[in-house]
Amino acid sequence: MSYYKMSEEDLRQWVDHLLSKVTVYGVQAKGDRFAFNALNDSSSLRLDYDVTILPPKKYFLPPKETLLSYKGQKYDSVVDEKPFVLFGVHPYDLAAIRQMDKIFSSDNNDIHYMTRRNNATIVALDVQTPSAHNFSGNMNTAVIEGEYDILLTKVDSSYVVDVRTGKGKELIKGMSGLVTAEMALVDSRHKVWEENKSRLRAYPLKPSLSEIPGLLDKSREHPVWAEKAELCFSCGSCVMVCPTCYCFDVQDEAEWDLSSGKRIRSWDGCMLERFALVAGGHNFRKTKEERYRHRYYRKGKYVAEKVGEISCVGCGRCVSACVPGIANPCEVYNRLKED
Amino acid sequence: MDARTMKDIYLPEPATLLEVKPFTEMETYYRIKLDSGRPLGHKPGQFAEISLAGIGEAPISISSSPVKTDHFEMVIRNVGNLTRALRTLKDGDRVGIRGPFGTSFPVNDVMKGKDLLYICGGMGLVPMRSVIQYTLDHRDDYGEITICYGTKSPSERLFTDELENWGKRKDIAFLETVDRGDDSWKGNVGVITKLMPGISIDPHKTVALVCGPPIMYKFVLLELRKMEMSNENIYMSLERHMKCGVGKCGHCQINGLYACQDGPVFKYSEIADVKEAI
Ligand code: SF4
Ligand code: SF4
Ligand code: FES
Repeated sequence: MSYYKMSEEDLRQWVDHLLSKVTVYGVQAKGDRFAFNALNDSSSLRLDYDVTILPPKKYFLPPKETLLSYKGQKYDSVVDEKPFVLFGVHPYDLAAIRQMDKIFSSDNNDIHYMTRRNNATIVALDVQTPSAHNFSGNMNTAVIEGEYDILLTKVDSSYVVDVRTGKGKELIKGMSGLVTAEMALVDSRHKVWEENKSRLRAYPLKPSLSEIPGLLDKSREHPVWAEKAELCFSCGSCVMVCPTCYCFDVQDEAEWDLSSGKRIRSWDGCMLERFALVAGGHNFRKTKEERYRHRYYRKGKYVAEKVGEISCVGCGRCVSACVPGIANPCEVYNRLKED
Repeated sequence: MDARTMKDIYLPEPATLLEVKPFTEMETYYRIKLDSGRPLGHKPGQFAEISLAGIGEAPISISSSPVKTDHFEMVIRNVGNLTRALRTLKDGDRVGIRGPFGTSFPVNDVMKGKDLLYICGGMGLVPMRSVIQYTLDHRDDYGEITICYGTKSPSERLFTDELENWGKRKDIAFLETVDRGDDSWKGNVGVITKLMPGISIDPHKTVALVCGPPIMYKFVLLELRKMEMSNENIYMSLERHMKCGVGKCGHCQINGLYACQDGPVFKYSEIADVKEAI
């Protein structure tokens, strides 16, 4: 572990230095919102963003990716081995990546996800500007300890650069004029963390996290499912923007010659009407209510049992993506707790 | 971890169709061999993913007994793009295979020495045939065997040669019915649950195995309850859309269970309280 101190200008120089060697994805403004994108130079990089439209998950599990190529009936794996740097990941998004890592490495290791993941270096960034819907403070993900290669924390006008791993060291190697951060500065990060833990709470959450699976257990017939689901468009926005959702569909795309092509994986979502449809026409979750409820059970219980934590990191993306305003997990869990 | 040395869970193995035979208007029979020569190594009740490059992949139950190791069999219903394309294939054509996946019927423990009651509705015979064949291949390991089979109409009956053979065997009881008969049909008419009251079993030494269309389970379970069968001794194979087969894609989920890994074969006592299961 080593700690350096950088000004914002130093940081940008460092990013430009990285860009001469490797692909760097960082956050840029997109209209009046923000998005992760490939950087060309450090000038467009935003470190004060509130939240990105899509989570950085897209670099490990892209919206659309080639799993296999085929010629005739012979298939070959297509694995993306290009190394890259993910620069400026907020703690809640990192917590989501930690969950995805468990999903894709446990039981049956998914080489497509894991190869990208293993070839990525992650520079995390403590939140500077809270987004209007972020409730990561409730979910224990406003601050993260570990999981990153490097963590940047802005304290007053300078950054503490916390280099954690060998990969992190590799990234900082060759930077001239590195200044070691004095311990007092390193320690003053706690102030930032405490502040983030308390201010990243756009919505109250009444039950404790450990209470949620049990609450769900006894709430299958709760009226909240039907009440909220009645307004649902089944548009799938809430699951498409979610950093902990990973359901997918697989389709083949043939080339013009029809004898070769690709097998493509793309994001899918349990809120979409046809998700649980089987060949022959039976839909195992045909009502909006069943699908709406499934999303909460999956996050609060089913996937939670697999990854050992609630499968919601409180990024608030679903809250802002849902037009009828029914996707806020806090509201639903509070209702279950109240009744 | 080096990607090149890791196994790709989505990569199908090349396989050859040894025989393609239309069964009914909707169903086609396939006898398949992996090109590597390795046996598929399935257990009765498991499924595999079959691929046709350019069209896609689908989960299909394996309908042959694992006793035959040089090939395996599938019966595929023509209900989508992939299955329609598969229907046009001929002997010697190639496909891709991934699997086997999922749980199987407990032929070597729970079922051993017990009387067996098979309840198969329609396409439910396809996965069930792998376990029926297995228990007939090891006939001495089991007590009385009763097979009930119901289809919508006589023209939808599958494996007709085998059915005829089962009907003739003295060491098993084979009961059949169709929802609607036709001029040539001389057998029972009515839904499958109509067959059940006529069967006498000892509920304490019987294992019931159930597979059929989603609608069938509720009614069959009611009959089994009347026969005093306990949930512990009922096994069923459930259908879901097993898109990936490896516990990732989410399509097969039944509440917290994954039909592709925790199923498709479930002990009923384990899912009786699982709301979305039946
Ligand atoms: S459920 Fe909503 S708030 Fe929770 S992680 Fe997903 S998008 Fe973010
Ligand atoms: S975003 Fe809202 S309307 Fe759309 S599927 Fe999700 S809950 Fe339903
Ligand atoms: S088939 Fe994909 S998770 Fe079960």
